[in-house]
Amino acid sequence: MTVPFDLTVLWAFIIALAVFIYVVMDGFDLGLGILFPLFPGKQDRDVITNTVAPVWDGNETWLVLGGGGLMAAFPLAYAVLLPALYAPLIAMLVGLIFRGVAFEFRWRTRATRNLWDIAFTGGSWVAALAQGIALGAILQGVHVEGRHYAGGWWDWLTPFSILTGVSLVVGYALLGATWLILKTEGDLRDKAYRISWYLMIAMLLAIAAVSLATPLLTNQYAQRWFTRPAVFLTAPVPLAVVAVTVLLMKNLAQKHDVWPFFLALALFFLSYAGLGISIYPYVVPQSITIWQAAAPERSQLLMLPGVLVLVPLILGYTGWAYWVFRGKVGHDSGYH
Amino acid sequence: MFGLDAVELARAQFAFTVTFHIIFPAFSIGLASYLAVLEALWLWTGRDVYLNVFNYWLKIFAIVFGMGVVSGIVMSYQFGTNWSVYSDKVGPVIGPLMAYEVLTAFFLEAGFLGVMLFGLKRVGPKLHFLATLMVAIGTLISAFWILSANSWMQTPAGYAVNADGQFVSVDWLKVIFNPSFPYRLVHMVLAAYLTTSLVVGAVGAFHLLRNPHLPGPRVMFSMAMWMATLVAPIQILAGDQHGLNTLEHQPVKIMAMEGHFESHKDGAPLYLFGWPDQAKGELKWAIGIPKFGSLILKHSIDAPMAGLDTVPRKDWPPVPITFWSFRIMVGLGFLMLALGLFSLWERWRGRLYVNRLLHRFAIAMGPAGFVAVMAGWITTETGRQPFTVYGLLRTADSVSPLAAPAVGTSLLVFIIVYFIIFAAGVLYILRLMAEPPHAGEPGPSSAQPIRTAGVTPAAGVVQGAVGS
Repeated sequence: MTVPFDLTVLWAFIIALAVFIYVVMDGFDLGLGILFPLFPGKQDRDVITNTVAPVWDGNETWLVLGGGGLMAAFPLAYAVLLPALYAPLIAMLVGLIFRGVAFEFRWRTRATRNLWDIAFTGGSWVAALAQGIALGAILQGVHVEGRHYAGGWWDWLTPFSILTGVSLVVGYALLGATWLILKTEGDLRDKAYRISWYLMIAMLLAIAAVSLATPLLTNQYAQRWFTRPAVFLTAPVPLAVVAVTVLLMKNLAQKHDVWPFFLALALFFLSYAGLGISIYPYVVPQSITIWQAAAPERSQLLMLPGVLVLVPLILGYTGWAYWVFRGKVGHDSGYH
Repeated sequence: MFGLDAVELARAQFAFTVTFHIIFPAFSIGLASYLAVLEALWLWTGRDVYLNVFNYWLKIFAIVFGMGVVSGIVMSYQFGTNWSVYSDKVGPVIGPLMAYEVLTAFFLEAGFLGVMLFGLKRVGPKLHFLATLMVAIGTLISAFWILSANSWMQTPAGYAVNADGQFVSVDWLKVIFNPSFPYRLVHMVLAAYLTTSLVVGAVGAFHLLRNPHLPGPRVMFSMAMWMATLVAPIQILAGDQHGLNTLEHQPVKIMAMEGHFESHKDGAPLYLFGWPDQAKGELKWAIGIPKFGSLILKHSIDAPMAGLDTVPRKDWPPVPITFWSFRIMVGLGFLMLALGLFSLWERWRGRLYVNRLLHRFAIAMGPAGFVAVMAGWITTETGRQPFTVYGLLRTADSVSPLAAPAVGTSLLVFIIVYFIIFAAGVLYILRLMAEPPHAGEPGPSSAQPIRTAGVTPAAGVVQGAVGS
């Protein structure tokens, strides 16, 4: 398999990177919301939200870049995919609205705090599930005619998309649990270790299930994974998943504070790379390639210096913000 | 649903979500700059009152900003969900502008927001001021890009159309600095500053009515009234210039704003009031000043003015909405000018902090900025109809291939969700505003609202009163 390199490929890589950074950054804070029901105590919940209060805004901005970047670099894909994913996307937006304002509102009221905690949890669940379902719906392909989406309003809902939806909830929850190991101490952290163990097993099952189901969707995916010479490129991915899992088990057993989070991220990275291998070079699988969807060269060129200069800068000051709020968050060091 | 088709529902959804969203950026642009000024004054003078007022508004800023972010995410996806044909055709031109908004503004705001809200003790005053400044600059950069994109839709320039029917750029500088952009940017940023000053002034006045000696409310009220005094007249001039620009590039919008259904060969009147009847094509019960319309718009009393009768009916904007929203905006603008002049007069007489009539007037004007901003956007957006890209792409040809129930359902969902969070947000903001800034006012960073740490409430009031 030869990979041609041009501006469009670079842009596909940039958009994929933005989406991945979003998954890395917002995944764990959505995960915290997903885990909220397991931590009914008010103090625990205050600590949990305080671990991300200073940074969640920036995390979510990557989602805006993913959407905005897709519109700018691949307008046709944006125009086809968003109507195809209408219902899950609206659900995701509503979920993000509730959990976003819950961050602020739960500190501003005593009487209705529980309601905002429910909004935080519900919003996180809905947003994560909707993102996973949207991913599954893209993988299984959408019906395109001309330059429009031509499928029905419920095409996104299939057993496969439900599987990817649940898988993403599990994955985000694992990220959230390992984040808590990193940022908390005492009973809260001990509980996070136990939860992480179960979630790791659940995530492995999810990865296995999605990996088995994906090649069954179309012959194209199957060929990508199982024929030579492609198999030499793809085989390392599942092997790496096994290796990372072993390391994660070891670190959880030894109660290491830092590594579980990054190993959980590594599992995400491998799954994401697997997705990329399946889809490339389509942006709307089986219908529209990245070159067909690409914006004119002038548009891609205008944005290029912006991305190449600004993204490292953004990562720099975002890193600084994380550094400022480094360390464990205790019951008394609340930011609110 | 509601007896509307998919296009009308998509328009209703866009109108609702954008009108809701616009209040928050309008407020956060002004508030971020105000916070930066307060912190600078604190660093410069060392007076605690500035820090107290800073921390007071910082908590409100956090709520406003959060609501702006979540309603903004909706906007960035709505182009694709409800206006997919528009996105495909216009994406190559508008997309990069919005991507630059994310890269240069949203990340800057969000990246430094955490330090601004919670980081004063962790990074020290100077670095913290830098964070505040970055957030304030971010809001202004954001206004730059989004108004450039919006202005391009109003006065497109620097483009060509390719074989797929997409708009593509041939000259980015002409795209970004399109003919109406400078006017729109100035008008919007000034509106944001005015809006914030009216809110700050109203809160200051509210507490001065109870106790004219409180230092925090005095600072707030005085600064806000300076802003209104200076900016309201500038805004009226800027609006007038913007109007002349619109006449040049979007004459039909001006016809709708002015209620000119018929052409005037020798001098058009300025209609103050009337009832536009779109179906009959006439302005009923019109009250106007003869020749004044030509004087304002063309600076000559006998200049001819074309009316909507020169435009095919299918290209008419919805005249009543455009006509009335414009009058609401202008009327409020003149009330703001009156407030500014009134406060200047009382300041000169040394009665700024004690004139109860002035304070009541300022309280009544508190929400006026929001209403004016919304009315202004409604004017400019409905006046562009029936096009998304003025004169080039019709709204009816921009919409996603959607079934009405899908758009109707999502519209209903957004209305319910927005009203819930808006009601809660306003309630929490008003609750914060009900108290004046206290001595040792905590930022958003303390676990409990310890208002007067170690002091009894009564002592706290006295301490606050003497200016801590």
